[in-house]
Amino acid sequence: MIPFLAYLIIFIAAFYIVRFITQKTKIQDYTSLKTVTFGDESAVRSNRAASFISIITIFVIWGAFTGSKILPGFMHAPGPFIGDTSFTYTAEANGQQDDATVYFRVHRAGEQPDLIEATPGDGFAKDDSELVVAWRSKLLRVDKNDDISKTDGAKVVAINGQTIAPGGSVDVNGGKVTLSDKGTPNFVPSPGWQMEPIWLPSPEGVFLRTIEIASTGFQGFTLWEHLGFSLYRVILGFVCGALVGIPLGYAMGLSDWFRGWFDPIVEFMRPVPPLALIPLVIIWAGIGETGKIILLFLAALWIMAIAARSGVSGVKISKVHAAYSLGASKAQIMRHVIVPNSLPEIFTGARVAMGVCWGTVVAAELVAAEKGAGKMIVAASKFQNTDIVIMGIILIGIIGFGIDVLMRYAEKVLVPWKGKG
Amino acid sequence: MSGLSIDKISMRFDLPDGGHVQALKDVTLDLKAGELLSVLGPSGCGKTTLLNIVAGFLAPTEGQIVLNDHKVTGPDAERGMVFQQGALFEWMSVRDNVGFGPSMKGTPAKEKTEIVDHLLDVVGLQDFKEKAVYELSGGMQQRVSLARCLANDPDVILMDEPLGALDALTREKMQSLVLKLWKETGKTIILITHSVEEALLLGERLLVMAPRPGRIHKEYRLPFADLGVGQDLREVKKHPDFAIKREEILGMIWDMEEEIMGRSEDAA
Repeated sequence: MIPFLAYLIIFIAAFYIVRFITQKTKIQDYTSLKTVTFGDESAVRSNRAASFISIITIFVIWGAFTGSKILPGFMHAPGPFIGDTSFTYTAEANGQQDDATVYFRVHRAGEQPDLIEATPGDGFAKDDSELVVAWRSKLLRVDKNDDISKTDGAKVVAINGQTIAPGGSVDVNGGKVTLSDKGTPNFVPSPGWQMEPIWLPSPEGVFLRTIEIASTGFQGFTLWEHLGFSLYRVILGFVCGALVGIPLGYAMGLSDWFRGWFDPIVEFMRPVPPLALIPLVIIWAGIGETGKIILLFLAALWIMAIAARSGVSGVKISKVHAAYSLGASKAQIMRHVIVPNSLPEIFTGARVAMGVCWGTVVAAELVAAEKGAGKMIVAASKFQNTDIVIMGIILIGIIGFGIDVLMRYAEKVLVPWKGKG
Repeated sequence: MSGLSIDKISMRFDLPDGGHVQALKDVTLDLKAGELLSVLGPSGCGKTTLLNIVAGFLAPTEGQIVLNDHKVTGPDAERGMVFQQGALFEWMSVRDNVGFGPSMKGTPAKEKTEIVDHLLDVVGLQDFKEKAVYELSGGMQQRVSLARCLANDPDVILMDEPLGALDALTREKMQSLVLKLWKETGKTIILITHSVEEALLLGERLLVMAPRPGRIHKEYRLPFADLGVGQDLREVKKHPDFAIKREEILGMIWDMEEEIMGRSEDAA
């Protein structure tokens, strides 16, 4: 809840700050002179400053709630309690009471500090000294060194002088003591607002792990092998799908027999999510490369066939007529009119197909694979390597985005006439 | 016989509900080589259908088209067509669009370049030959269309409202260009238009068609096209006969439109 509130506050504050700054240096352009901008789509352009602050904000909040070193200490959310603390408990046995102190040293996971020196003290209840890891808790058998133990009828009746019954809890310095149903105190050091690294590692933790995985590898393959294999499958599957799908789409767009024959198949297969085919593909082709390629081939095939089909049927009849009356033969019309006219549609289809293939390959690797981006994160999740999982998700996102950008760039270079007809 | 002969053309379209539409009935017309015919008529009178039949895109249910003593059986480079809009190939530059016909015929590159350069000079687009067609204005695009059609050196040029989508000023300039090209090239031209003024200005002969079924209602022979060659078209419009003819034809078409409206209102 708190991170979301912080996010909202940054969002609003950044808006007013940026507006305050930009109003002083306002550009007098056409858009700025428009009096009616609400509902005018051309007046709404992505605000660069907002995008920039948005990305920074994500890292700041991520860093603040993970105690990241990339942020100065004052920007951190309160961390877990680390250090020494103590509380007293009151034990009651045979009608008499005695107080004793429990000393705690709360330390970070992985450290091996010494116990606090403690003398047993007087009375039948003796002082204790314990270690506890931050974000964990410790069940205290306080009676283990006492003269009268629980089995002899001793029980804890108060913590720091406050009466406590089984199930109740008392706040103490640096945490909270809860009495279990059986009457044993349980110390929970204050967790603070930060996330534990096994749930959410800090940004630099993820980054360092990326570098480590990139050189030493994970599960027998380096990071680049994992990602490279996923990409290789996507490209091979997509190319196969396009090589079959585009001619199929052309045939469907040009011949009523092909159209009639393949329409039911294509229209049926198109709404089937490729993920639903994974079990069947595994049964038929196993979890190796063949299965993955078949799956991605099927994911791309229908999209490419439909794109090519609509590219062909979308040709303006006046263009075909014009070509005929300029003396073109059927083959020439195919080559010079129908194919170029369908290219924009095919590129749009290719962009969609690459996106679907990328999603499908990751999902297929999650289900079963030896290597690949999806395999890497699912294996890491089983060992609670949250840093590798997050790194994997970020890299998958970056690659997916990169594919889209590349396809759009190719579209701009190769079919500049898109949408201009 | 040299020229275009439209011989008792009838066209009937069957409708999916079992009925049919008589788009054209017994349309007969002879055009001598080098004549410019403009065709007017209310919407639904079959003007475009007639043009598509002459172009060879449609086969008439009855009758035939004969051009230079042979029967028309399909589209051919001897009958070029200029469309209203959107018929240019946007994946080609201006130059490649104009050179499309010669390329299809396999004209040698040198000869093709000469043809294209000459025509781009004629239509005044020499500076734009490397541009993509979608970078040009509507008027420029129609000039490319004209040049592309002329590059094939067709016997007949069919124009389906080529200037319909242009603004008034551009349209006037383009009308002068069409007249100039017609005189210079001596092509036979059939021009379909919605504008009575345009039909009067450009048509050496003017055909008014009537709807349901589409047929020839009246034919005129006009002097204005000859007057307009090399002259400001606004001067031609001041000619006393021009206004009289315009009113007469406007009234004729107006009556037809009213009759259609009346009939459909009765039906309702």
